[in-house]
Amino acid sequence: MDLVTPGIGMIFWSTLFFLILLFILGKFAWPAILTAVKARNESIRNALNAADKAKAEMAKLQADNEKILAEAKVERNAMLKEAKQIKDSLIADARERAAEEAEKLVQSAREAIQAEKAAAINDMKAQLAILSIDIAEKILRVKLDDVKEQKDLVDKLVNEADLN
Amino acid sequence: MSGRLLVAITTFIIGTAFLNTGACLYGQEDHHEEHLQEGSVSHSHEGEESGSHDEEFNATEYILEHISDSHDWHILTKKDGHHVSVPLPVILYSKHSGFHLFLSSKIAHGHSHEGFQMGHGSVLVENKKGEEVEKSLKGKIIEVDAHGEMVEAGLPLDFSITKNVFMMLLSVIILLWVFLSLARSYRKMGISEPKGLAGFIEPVIVFIEEDVAIPNIGEEKYARFMPYLLTVFFFILINNLMGLIPFFPFGANVTGNIALTMVLALFTFFITQFSANKGHWQHIFATPGVPKPILLIMIPVEIIGLFTKPFALMIRLFANITAGHIIVLSLISMIFIFKSVFVAVPSVVMVLFMDCIELLVAFLQAYIFTLLSALFIGMAMPEHHHD
Repeated sequence: MDLVTPGIGMIFWSTLFFLILLFILGKFAWPAILTAVKARNESIRNALNAADKAKAEMAKLQADNEKILAEAKVERNAMLKEAKQIKDSLIADARERAAEEAEKLVQSAREAIQAEKAAAINDMKAQLAILSIDIAEKILRVKLDDVKEQKDLVDKLVNEADLN
Repeated sequence: MSGRLLVAITTFIIGTAFLNTGACLYGQEDHHEEHLQEGSVSHSHEGEESGSHDEEFNATEYILEHISDSHDWHILTKKDGHHVSVPLPVILYSKHSGFHLFLSSKIAHGHSHEGFQMGHGSVLVENKKGEEVEKSLKGKIIEVDAHGEMVEAGLPLDFSITKNVFMMLLSVIILLWVFLSLARSYRKMGISEPKGLAGFIEPVIVFIEEDVAIPNIGEEKYARFMPYLLTVFFFILINNLMGLIPFFPFGANVTGNIALTMVLALFTFFITQFSANKGHWQHIFATPGVPKPILLIMIPVEIIGLFTKPFALMIRLFANITAGHIIVLSLISMIFIFKSVFVAVPSVVMVLFMDCIELLVAFLQAYIFTLLSALFIGMAMPEHHHD
């Protein structure tokens, strides 16, 4: 029965001790400890937040970099493409002009050939006339047995030959 | 850190178990006392010396003696049957002769001093119903007249520094020392990481703040109750742990003392009632949403509920700690009941096992008391969200 009957002495002392403990710890220990713990938690939280922020910024920076890189790549591609176009067009132009030039050359050559040809034909015609006259003369000369006439013919031929 | 802690705990448990056994080996032999006083050991009087060695070992008496309070602190009994114990101050208030203060050794072995002596047997007293009931005087100090007869109303108010009070005082000193030095080191080191003792205690403090106080009382109001919750937690915890150490000046059954658990439960009760808001009383006397006739039943139930809560707190702590002590002591008693050294082996193993559980219980009961205190305080301050 004693075990479950609270004794006055124990009630008195435990109340007194507990009140003293509560008062002293409540005044000098708990506030200091709790404040320190809270301050540290706060600083840890802040540090973590800052780290998170830095991480986010880093990620953003990286994203920006990537974006810039991508843009640069696109630009480069565009430039390359343009250059290729220019090159192609230049080559095409050059080719065209060369063809034209060649055409012109061929044309003038052809004209010159034509003129030469015409001149040659003319020349041939004159030669042909002379030749035919000569042939005719030789044929005629056979008929002229007359000395005088022959002499005249010879002179004439000599003259003519001189003329040639 | 955790390795060192583990070693400490293991050492504690093993030491506790063996010392329990050792204490009992001596405790078995009985009846002859010797007192440590001012460093000298004086032999007690010869008259009582007799062959107590043959006496049957009484486990119930042995266990009850160890879990109850006493006026002196029995340390050991020598082979020749002489007890060695530390005398403690006796403080009495008697209606007949006022205040008295003397050492418990003065009234040991049936001596009487200033008209007081240790009671034995029992006395018939009238209870509130007017019936005569037998009341044991064992362990109580009674006031006697010149012929050694108990005087009328001869039970003085006993404010003695008993074993329990002494260990409690020691626990208070340890707590003050630990937490004041902790607070000082916190002030000094600012917000750097906790080292040493702080590294061990701080997580517990944070646990009580974040997992006990805030969820039960609420973010805005909890701070006011933190000092109480922390004090009660560490006070119960250290007394639970010290109660497990079986040698002087530990091993007293402080948290298994109904007076102490009653005082702590009353603290929780008064704090709860004085911090209660309108919602609390409204809940008791006009529970929202309950029809009027049913309130006739509800109001008494709610009022009873006010008191059953701290009552349950009181009984839970008392019963858990006392039961743990009883189990450990019973297991040790087995050795002497069977009078065999072979029983000692399983007995010690089981005591070791129980001490492990008791270590858990020491933390658990301190936690539960704190948790329920926080819960009751929180319940008495309902938020206005249901109206």
